[in-house]
Amino acid sequence: MKAIRSMVLVSSDPGSISKGSQEIYDRFQAEMKAFNIDDEITLSMVGDIGRKDVSPLVIVYPEAVVYGPLSVDDVPYIVEEHLYKGRIATKYQAPAKELTGKIAWVSSRKGSLPAENRVVLRRVGIIDPGDIDEFIVHDGYTALGKVLGEMTPTEVISVIEKSGLRGRGGAGFPTGLKWKFVSRTASDKKYVICNADESEPGTFKDRLLLEGDPHNLIEAMAIAAYAVGADEGYIYVRGEYKLAQERLRNAIDQARRYGILGKNILGMNFSFDIHVHSGAGAYICGEETALIESLEGKRGEPRTRPPYPTTHGLWEKPTLVNNVETLGNIPPIILNGADWYRSIGAPGSPGTKVYTILGNVNNTGLIEVPMGITLREVISIYAQGMKDNKPFKLAQTGGSSGSMIPAALQDTPMDFDGFNKAGVSLGSGALLVCNDEVCVVDLAKVLVNFFREESCGKCNPCRIGNQRAFQILTKITCGLGTNKDIDDLKLISDNLYQLSNCGLGQTAGSPLTDVIKHFRAELDAHVQLKLCPAGVCSMSGTLD
Amino acid sequence: MTVKTIDQALILETVQEAVECIGNSRSELIPILSQVNDKLGYLPEEALEEVSKQLNVPKSRVFSVATFYNMLITKPRGKHIVQFCESAPCHVAGGRDVWKALQESLGIKSGETTLDGNFSLVTTSCLGVCGVGPVIIIDDEIFGNLEPNKIPEILDRYR
Repeated sequence: MKAIRSMVLVSSDPGSISKGSQEIYDRFQAEMKAFNIDDEITLSMVGDIGRKDVSPLVIVYPEAVVYGPLSVDDVPYIVEEHLYKGRIATKYQAPAKELTGKIAWVSSRKGSLPAENRVVLRRVGIIDPGDIDEFIVHDGYTALGKVLGEMTPTEVISVIEKSGLRGRGGAGFPTGLKWKFVSRTASDKKYVICNADESEPGTFKDRLLLEGDPHNLIEAMAIAAYAVGADEGYIYVRGEYKLAQERLRNAIDQARRYGILGKNILGMNFSFDIHVHSGAGAYICGEETALIESLEGKRGEPRTRPPYPTTHGLWEKPTLVNNVETLGNIPPIILNGADWYRSIGAPGSPGTKVYTILGNVNNTGLIEVPMGITLREVISIYAQGMKDNKPFKLAQTGGSSGSMIPAALQDTPMDFDGFNKAGVSLGSGALLVCNDEVCVVDLAKVLVNFFREESCGKCNPCRIGNQRAFQILTKITCGLGTNKDIDDLKLISDNLYQLSNCGLGQTAGSPLTDVIKHFRAELDAHVQLKLCPAGVCSMSGTLD
Repeated sequence: MTVKTIDQALILETVQEAVECIGNSRSELIPILSQVNDKLGYLPEEALEEVSKQLNVPKSRVFSVATFYNMLITKPRGKHIVQFCESAPCHVAGGRDVWKALQESLGIKSGETTLDGNFSLVTTSCLGVCGVGPVIIIDDEIFGNLEPNKIPEILDRYR
C-alpha cells in the first residue's frame, strides 16, 4: 500500500459550512489531484474543531498546523506550499490567541514531528532506568525537594486540585479531591498505594512507565505521602511484570541509599518508605478495594463501599490508591505549576493521556498525546493508517471500563467529558483498532469471555451474568440465536450495571450494550438471517 | 499422564524456607505461596497444610487463596507450560488460528497435559505484550507476532 503522509481536516460545524467549508473541501480535493498527491494525503470533513470566529478551519497533520479563517481562494497556495513543497504557509496560520481548547495545543506546537506531547513518558527511553544519577540529572527528585522545602501539604494538594488532574485508571476521579479526602481523615497511620496491577486487555502503558522510569513513581509517591500525611507505601505490581518489579526494587534500594526514602528524607522532618508487592494473577485486584484485600493476604474480592479506602483502607487505615500514570503526572505538575498543566489537553480533562495502539493498523505501540485529540487523528497520524487500507470499523478502548467506538464517533474528542457526552468510555488507554474483517459479535464474545474468566465470583450478577452472556453469544455465533437472546443480553447488561458490587462488574456489560446500540444490524443478521457479515462466525447450526 | 510426585521432605523444606525468608505474618500468605509455587511447580496439598500450620491460618483460608489466583496452581502440570493469550487484541491480530495450530501440534485441548508429561496447554488473559500479538508464553519466555506455521518449530525447542 501507499503510506499516508499527511492528513487534512476541514471543519464542518454549521458556522463553517455557512462560510463555505464544503467549497474549501472540494477545492482541496481538486488541487491535490492537480499536484498528483491525492493518494498520499487523506482529506476529511470533521465536526467542530475550534472557535467560531476563526472558522472555517483547516488542520494539517502531522505538523499539526492550524489554518484559518480560510476562504476558497487560499486553498491553492496552501496545497502548493505546504502539501506539495512541505513549507508551512505561515501567512494563513490561525492566530494562537484566537484558539481555545483542543486546538490550542495544536497551534502552540512549532510544526515538527512527532506531534506527541510527552509529560509522563518524558524520560522513558532517554535515561537508564537502573541508574538514579541519570534520573537526578534529568530533574529527578527536584519536585520532591521543592515540596519538602517550600510547600505545606495543603499547598501541594491545592496545586494538584487546581491542575484538574483526573485519575487515569479508567474512572477519571479528580486526583486532588481524593488526596484531600485522605489528608482530612485523622489517623495515626496512613498508606499510599500505587495500583500497578495493570490487567486490562490491550493495556501495557504502566508496564513501560515502570520499566522505563521507576524513580518517577517513587518521587510521586513520596510527594503524595507528604501531602496526605502517610509514612508507608505499597506498589502493587501485576505478578506477570517481573522486569518491572526488579527495576522498582532496584530503584527503591538506590533511593534509600541516597536518603530519598527512609527516615528524615532529604534531612527534613518527613519519613516514608515503599514496599513492592507482587500480584499473583487476578484481574480483579486492579479494583482498589480488591487490591487492598489482596495486600492483606486474602482473596482479591472487592469490599462493599462505602466506607471508601480514603477513610477505611489497608488495615482499616486511611489509604490513598492511585494509578501509575496518574502518579506519573505529579512531579511535572509540581515543577511547572497547575496553569501549565491546564494549558495542555481539553478544558474538562487537562493533561496528556498515554495510549497503546493495537489491532489492524500499520503502526502499533505507545503514544502520549494531549487529551481531546480524536480517534481519526490517532489512526491517521500515529498509527499511520489502517493496515492494507481496509476500512475502519470500530475501536475498542481497553478493558472493562472501555467501549466499542463505532466509526461514526471517530471525530469525538478523546477526553473524559467528550466521551461521556457521546455515551462511550475512555477506558484504560488501550485502543484496539479493528477493520471490517472483525465481527462485532465474535469480538463481544471474546470480551465477555474475559470477564467470565476473571470475575472474582463474589456477587451473582457478575459471576452468573457473564457466564450466561457468553453462552448466549456462543449460541448466536453458531447460528442458533433467537430474538429472545438479544432481549436477554440487554437484560444481563442492565443487571450487571445496576446490581454488581464493584466497578468492574458494573462495566462488564458494556460490550453487550455497545453491540446492541451501535451494531444492531450486524447482530440481527446473525440472529434473523443466520449469517455473519464479516464471515468470522461458524454459523454451523450446531454448538461447536 | 505421568507427573512425578514430590518428595514430602522437599515440600516441608521449601515451605520452611519461604516462611523464614518472607516472614510468618498472615499478610505474607500470598508471597509465601508464590515462592513455594515457583520452587515446586505447583502447590501440593501437603504444602498448603504446612503453610496453614506455620502461619496459623485456617486451611480453608489457605486453600481459598491458593485457588483464587491464576499464578498459584494446585494441581501438578507438565514440564513446560504453554500459555496462550485469549484476550481481544491477540484475537483480532489472528489469535484464533494460532490457537488451533497449538491444539493440533500438541494434540491436546485447553487445560490438558500431553501424555508424556512434557507440555500443559492453558489459556490466559492479557499478558500486557499486546504490541506483538498474537502471543504465547512457554514457561517464562514470550513468543510474539505468531503465525500458525511457526508453532511446530517453536514447540520443538522444548521437546
